[in-house]
Amino acid sequence: MKNQNTFELLAKIATRAAAGITIGTLVFLVGFILVRGIPYIKPSLFSFTYNSENVSLMPALISTIIMTLFSLLIAVPFGVSSAIYLTEYAGRGNKAVALIRVTTETLSGIPSIVYGLFGMLFFGTYLGWGFSLLAGAFTLAIMILPLIMRSSEEALKSVPDTYREGSFGLGAGKLRTVFKIVLPSAMPGIVAGVILAVGRIVGETAALIYTAGTVAQVPTNPMMSARTLSVHMYALSSEGLHTNEGYATAVVLLVVVVLINMVSAKIAKKIGCAE
Amino acid sequence: MEQSSVIVRVKEKLMSAVFFTAALTSILAVGLICIFLFVNGLPAFAKIGSLNFLLGSEWSPADTPPAFGILPMIVGSLYITSGAIMIGVPIGVFTAVYLSHACPKEVYKKIKPGVELLAGIPSVVYGFFGMAAIVPITGNSILSACILLGVMILPTIVGIAESALKAVPEQYYEGALALGAGHYRSVFSVVLPAAKSGILAAVVLGVGRAIGETMAVIMVAGNQARMPVSLFRGVRTLTANIVIEMGYAAELHREALIATGVVLFVFILIINLSFSALKRRANR
Repeated sequence: MKNQNTFELLAKIATRAAAGITIGTLVFLVGFILVRGIPYIKPSLFSFTYNSENVSLMPALISTIIMTLFSLLIAVPFGVSSAIYLTEYAGRGNKAVALIRVTTETLSGIPSIVYGLFGMLFFGTYLGWGFSLLAGAFTLAIMILPLIMRSSEEALKSVPDTYREGSFGLGAGKLRTVFKIVLPSAMPGIVAGVILAVGRIVGETAALIYTAGTVAQVPTNPMMSARTLSVHMYALSSEGLHTNEGYATAVVLLVVVVLINMVSAKIAKKIGCAE
Repeated sequence: MEQSSVIVRVKEKLMSAVFFTAALTSILAVGLICIFLFVNGLPAFAKIGSLNFLLGSEWSPADTPPAFGILPMIVGSLYITSGAIMIGVPIGVFTAVYLSHACPKEVYKKIKPGVELLAGIPSVVYGFFGMAAIVPITGNSILSACILLGVMILPTIVGIAESALKAVPEQYYEGALALGAGHYRSVFSVVLPAAKSGILAAVVLGVGRAIGETMAVIMVAGNQARMPVSLFRGVRTLTANIVIEMGYAAELHREALIATGVVLFVFILIINLSFSALKRRANR
């Protein structure tokens, strides 16, 4: 009996300690970045052009937004259409479906540096796009494709079949049912997935260094090189001269990531309530 | 009426073809990735010699004649990955046990978003944190990289292990309780073993994350291309090798770096395959 109690106590302490370490690390990390970075957030950090005097993050911030839009513009139509095919069209035991699932799973496991290498070799060299926003956006689009496919598929699957049957019963065709009934009902889930994808794009570095390059400028056309906030941070750290501004950039990046997580969680919760 | 129904039918057919084509994108992407990596990387294997490349312990591309042995980087990646697993798995699995079987709903609502946020933090931010909070204590070393990566794989491990633990039928736990085991005894000796496949899948995915991580590792690991000598000295991983030298590499050097990517890619494919196999077993 005594052994039993000791085990219970030890296990209780161990699990609590582990959870404490997990959350403690998060709090420490966020606190650390905030304390180091906030004192260096100055108006000059947000001036429109970058130079080694002001180490402005504004061009990187604008490039990040453009990069995100471009990548989503490419990945979302493909991802959502694939999900529609998988849930609404593909029959059982379809051989193509099995292959699509395997390749999607493979894509989601490939590390970002391998995407970066591929992007450099294919978009940069083979297609001759060089270091450009476009090459970066296409590379990122492939990277987030599995994420968008999976979340859209789950969202589409969670739409009750009675909706579809009701629509067919009223005489609507398959296409109309998909676009007027199924897609609108699945929209919150799809949006939640897209927001998570935005988080991946904003945080990505390794896939971009050799595809979009590291030039600190506001790109005025898609064939220009551009560095996003994450790449900007890495550049600052490897130059080693402006680490403080790096922390200030980290604060901005953290705020963006926290906002993205909150919005995505809120939408996901809304779905949970509706069910 | 006749005509419009024909248009509708054509539209239906057309769109279903469009959806199908879109669904083939991921197959096309994987195909292209394989082709471009292998076509650009394999020549290096031939020129350097597979054995010299994979088992050579010297990497000095600037020497005459240059040496392209990536064994130090392979070993470095393996060291750092196993260290990260040793740190991340126990903490992650225990946290998952706490979340799934030991914590009040109110606390769960606070911890779960925290774990998700940990997953969303970009690796450069982890890198900056590591540079300023870990490196001053343990130096640019294997140990620093292990600690940082251990933290970075936590959310992956916690997430998958938690759902594996939750998927174990409640009766298992209740049966153990009825036999006189305490709460934690039931969880650790009955529920946890039942979730074994799922937890192993979590570990495998953690390995994949750790071996593929690039930016954070570069910022804390020191990156010396030599065989690892001690836990407190620097080392270079496969991923770091590519990022650090690709900027100025040319000809055979560049091909050798792409071949480094091929080696990494093959590692990841093996890990992915074992992950899917384990997941399938867990779902059975």
